[in-house]
Amino acid sequence: MTKSRHRKGADSVERVAGNGLVDRRALLSQGAALAGAMSVGAVGATTAAAAEPLANNPWSLAPGIPIPPYGQPSRFEDKTVRTLTNPKLEPRGSAARTPHHLLNGTITPNGLHFVIARGGFPDIDPDKHKLLIHGRVKQPMTFTVEALLRYPMVSRVTFVECGGNSAPLYAKEPIQANVQALHGLVSCAEWTGVRLSTLFDEVGIDPEAKWFAAEGADAPTMHRSIPVSKAMDDAMIALYQNGERINPSNGYPMRLLLPGYEGNMNVKWLRRIKIVDGPIMAQNETMAYTILLPSGKAWQFFYPQEVKSFISHPSPGMTLKGPGFYEISGLSWSGNGRISKVEVSADGGKSWALAALQAPVLSKALTRFRMPWNWDGSPAVLLSRATDEAGNVQPSRAAFAAERGPPRGTPAVTAFPMEHCNVISSWGVTAKGEVTNVYV
Amino acid sequence: MSTFETFAKCTGVIVALALQTGLTMAADAPHFGQPISPADAAAWDISVGPDGAGLPPGSGTPAQGAVVYAEKCAACHGDKGEGKTNARLVGGQITGDGPVVKTVGSYWPYATTLFDFTRRAMPWTAPKSLTNDEVYAVTAHILRLNGIIGDNDVIDAKTLPQVKMPNRDGFIPLFPGKH
Repeated sequence: MTKSRHRKGADSVERVAGNGLVDRRALLSQGAALAGAMSVGAVGATTAAAAEPLANNPWSLAPGIPIPPYGQPSRFEDKTVRTLTNPKLEPRGSAARTPHHLLNGTITPNGLHFVIARGGFPDIDPDKHKLLIHGRVKQPMTFTVEALLRYPMVSRVTFVECGGNSAPLYAKEPIQANVQALHGLVSCAEWTGVRLSTLFDEVGIDPEAKWFAAEGADAPTMHRSIPVSKAMDDAMIALYQNGERINPSNGYPMRLLLPGYEGNMNVKWLRRIKIVDGPIMAQNETMAYTILLPSGKAWQFFYPQEVKSFISHPSPGMTLKGPGFYEISGLSWSGNGRISKVEVSADGGKSWALAALQAPVLSKALTRFRMPWNWDGSPAVLLSRATDEAGNVQPSRAAFAAERGPPRGTPAVTAFPMEHCNVISSWGVTAKGEVTNVYV
Repeated sequence: MSTFETFAKCTGVIVALALQTGLTMAADAPHFGQPISPADAAAWDISVGPDGAGLPPGSGTPAQGAVVYAEKCAACHGDKGEGKTNARLVGGQITGDGPVVKTVGSYWPYATTLFDFTRRAMPWTAPKSLTNDEVYAVTAHILRLNGIIGDNDVIDAKTLPQVKMPNRDGFIPLFPGKH
């Protein structure tokens, strides 16, 4: 399949954009092309020091450890954890952010999926939990967890993203923090459950109804108004997350899943759906999750998470170990469908090259992109710019600020100075290899 | 024949019939929901619309609310709603060059939301512990602190939706429309 590409040899590997970006096909055509990419680099192709003689380590010389009933990551990976804003559960909300700089691929492990909760997570006994569907229906009904587990199910891989994710990128001055702090409120899982439309059919929803209110069983009984059209499109009562029952902090025993829509609407610990006459104007759709514009007016009901991407490798807080080959990689997604392309720049946006998209590229799912880079050791600025299948392009900070208004200040990294912020991220690389958050 | 075998056999016949007659999958969907009367669902039915739909009986005044507020709310929100460890509730502004401060007075478009949020989620340590009268009263107190109602106004299911919030017209819905 790749014979012809191999035959082309090293000279055919194109420098596709400034400052060392190499044709993404170099990644696909295995060693020969990569070797070529290295050798044509200005500084690349350094010969590594000879390896040490090999010896057996203790774990190869004695039996290991009993296999546990539920496997945990290696003890050497104890830094791969969420960061917490409220570990002692003081009387306020809690955020737990996904460590994207320590992960690869596209699926977020359940224990690392981001969480925003207004009052901790409830310890729900599934045998005592019920889902009530009522309001403008022919017959109000409750559904037990056991009953829902008997319905036909669907699975889909989809991201969930907080409306406030990436808000620090809007700050007036670049906030020095890693991608966990900057972009850690998006995660992706395979969710399995019952189509909401199946249950709406069963209770006999009023065909004229346009809105429903969904509510959780958590202490604050968090709720949101949601268009019925979304229920009939692709909404799901999710019962499983990456194959196992939903993690307690993500909604056990069931959550509402609205692929592509603002995270807060994907009500966790779902216990009630009421078909209503119009939006109920919940606190989280009036006071919060509305976007105040310079005019003093605020956007309300901003539902899809718009096209976005960021480079996770390398990213702020990392240090490159000298010139040579690196794979630039990161995540892209759109609440409006599939990612159609991701462009990468290593020269602050002067030139761009197409990144390889890791298959499968799924609608409303995290999509990993990869781009070979031969760093020559001089300062660089790395950017990624995603486009979705609807043609939406990730905006520059300048274009974004022109619409939303200039940032008023530089708050703490955990603050939310702007919601639904999808500006292009720019990572500066110094001659020493230090990666920082910069504005271009 | 066991009950399960009977069930399986009957289901098989139904599926076969459905396939033969081209019925949709919806016709084969299980029906495991349990009917419930509105009366039996009442304890959970706390939805309140901006038109006041769903507001319960009861009432309260700013003076009554001040007592409840001092005991249950001030520790987090400040003695006069100025904010403490949790959100400021009074004053603030959303325009001009200064910092944006969104409060009940400066930003919330509907007074019904204040009642609804307080009833379902507050106080943080014991949500749903206030009586409806107490929720009406605290709502009245916070509206009074913002200068939106008078000292002697009574807040109940009838008067609450009529309260005109200063930022009532401050929102541009993007759905349906842009998205």
